Amino acid sequence: MAKQYETVIGLEVHVELATKTKIFCGCSTAFGGAPNTHTCPVCTGMPGSLPVLNKKVLEYAVAVGLATNCTITRYCKFDRKNYFYPDNPQNYQISQLYLPICRDGGVEIETAAGKKTVGIHEIHMEEDAGKLIHDEWEDCSLVDYNRSGVPLIEIVSEPDMRSAEEVIAYLEKLRMMIQYLGASDCKLQEGSMRADVNLSVREAGAAGFGTRTEMKNLNSFRAITNAIEGERERQIELLEAGKKVVQETRRWDDAKGESYAMRSKEDAQDYRYFPDPDLVPVAVSDEWLAQIKAAQPEFRTEKMARYQAEYDIPDYDIEIITASKRMADLFEETVKLCGQPKKVSNWLMGETLRLLKEKGMEPEDIRFSPEHLAGLIRLTDEKAINSTVAKEVFEMMFEEDIDPEKYVEEKGLKTVSDEGALRRAVEDVISANPKSVEDYRNGKEKAIGFLVGQTMKAMKGKAEPGMVNRLLKELL
Amino acid sequence: MANIISDETIEYVGILAKLELSEEEKEAAKKDMGRMLDYIDKLGELDTEGVEPMSHVFAVQNVFREDVVTNGDMREEMLQNAPGEKDGMFMVPRTFE
Repeated sequence: MAKQYETVIGLEVHVELATKTKIFCGCSTAFGGAPNTHTCPVCTGMPGSLPVLNKKVLEYAVAVGLATNCTITRYCKFDRKNYFYPDNPQNYQISQLYLPICRDGGVEIETAAGKKTVGIHEIHMEEDAGKLIHDEWEDCSLVDYNRSGVPLIEIVSEPDMRSAEEVIAYLEKLRMMIQYLGASDCKLQEGSMRADVNLSVREAGAAGFGTRTEMKNLNSFRAITNAIEGERERQIELLEAGKKVVQETRRWDDAKGESYAMRSKEDAQDYRYFPDPDLVPVAVSDEWLAQIKAAQPEFRTEKMARYQAEYDIPDYDIEIITASKRMADLFEETVKLCGQPKKVSNWLMGETLRLLKEKGMEPEDIRFSPEHLAGLIRLTDEKAINSTVAKEVFEMMFEEDIDPEKYVEEKGLKTVSDEGALRRAVEDVISANPKSVEDYRNGKEKAIGFLVGQTMKAMKGKAEPGMVNRLLKELL
Repeated sequence: MANIISDETIEYVGILAKLELSEEEKEAAKKDMGRMLDYIDKLGELDTEGVEPMSHVFAVQNVFREDVVTNGDMREEMLQNAPGEKDGMFMVPRTFE
């Protein structure tokens, strides 16, 4: 009988914090600036410059630690991780090795197999590196330090996961909590959340762990799932062939569906950590911790309970809407404006989710404002537009956040409520389609659908279907 | 000298520091490093039982910045420190993973 293997997975998740400035200097963290326009002597590693910790970074890190049931290190400090690479101008990264800010936590995940807790070994604060671009023309590399010094937290899990499904459940849970906290937008595609997968296999029932590899360059849930399955297969094949798994860092190529061993950042991986003498230790007082605790937002469980009490919408809607902080905020703000929870929920659960899925977008990418969604609902309530036009307008809102009221006005999409005009259109359709009219009169009820369609076409979609139906029946 | 630095150690330290040392330089560095370690060993003679490891020379803690942007665009100044420049970026020798 073939051997049974178990996959053992631990994750290192880097999350870019939503601060306005970098971790150790007053440079902006805004995305997309021209190269090196957000740099200063500190984040380009100039001798004599002095890093000073951004207070907000510590508060976000502690907030994430509290949300993931960690013990907060009340006296923590920063260490230097030494390595040479041009994206790292100091030749060391400021990180935390000896006293990370959070330790020994865990989050509960739910999969088809049931609930389980994934342990969190530690969370530490560190700085991001710059971006390297390779210039083929000049045969050199170019560096943009705008990202250098952007604050990150690294969340290191215990090796508690056994499948890709558990890994995704864990990442989704982390992402939701961090988004609820407002500590990051956690976009995998844009790199504000990055996951490195540590994976090993062992024979089912074995007590020890197998040799693990670390997989990098995973920027979607799909890539993570593919990489886990690919690496599991690769390791099992090696073991079955009597070979050994080599402990190394591998880069996943999702297009090719395979990984390859990365050239290491230096010949020897020896980071020679030591305490950073430029940064003073951080002591988290009882009062400060209490303040951060008190400022924790309403999390999903509380939000769900409140929605059940406050809004008359189905539990299923509540579950879907609260799964994303962005959706929940949009829902609440729109309801505040128009007072119609069920209608708001219908737009979010229906068209919004459909378009997000179709375009491969996340709720965080939604561009339309609560004001505009409320405006669209008002237009449909007043029967100023019919549901087909409303969907068209919504698609425009989804694309460009247009003002629906202005748009409908400008494009002349308002429903024609002038009964005279509609009556004339219906009369024209009747005289132009004698065959269908005869079918209808001979008892073929369905023929009226064709006539309604023809009328709508003549009215360029701007008629109230109810009224068209009534007029047709009357005139036939 | 109590601490003898082996050829392998000096080779390894050289790799970490990205230094290419001649045979002569290696011998000199081995001696220097041995002497430094002897000096550090001296500190080991002290009784540090119950003394907390020091993390900073000054008795200072909790020095923070507020999360407010204070720096403007300093690109031109920063690029003056660059070994080379192209398209507003620091030009460095070709590096790849």
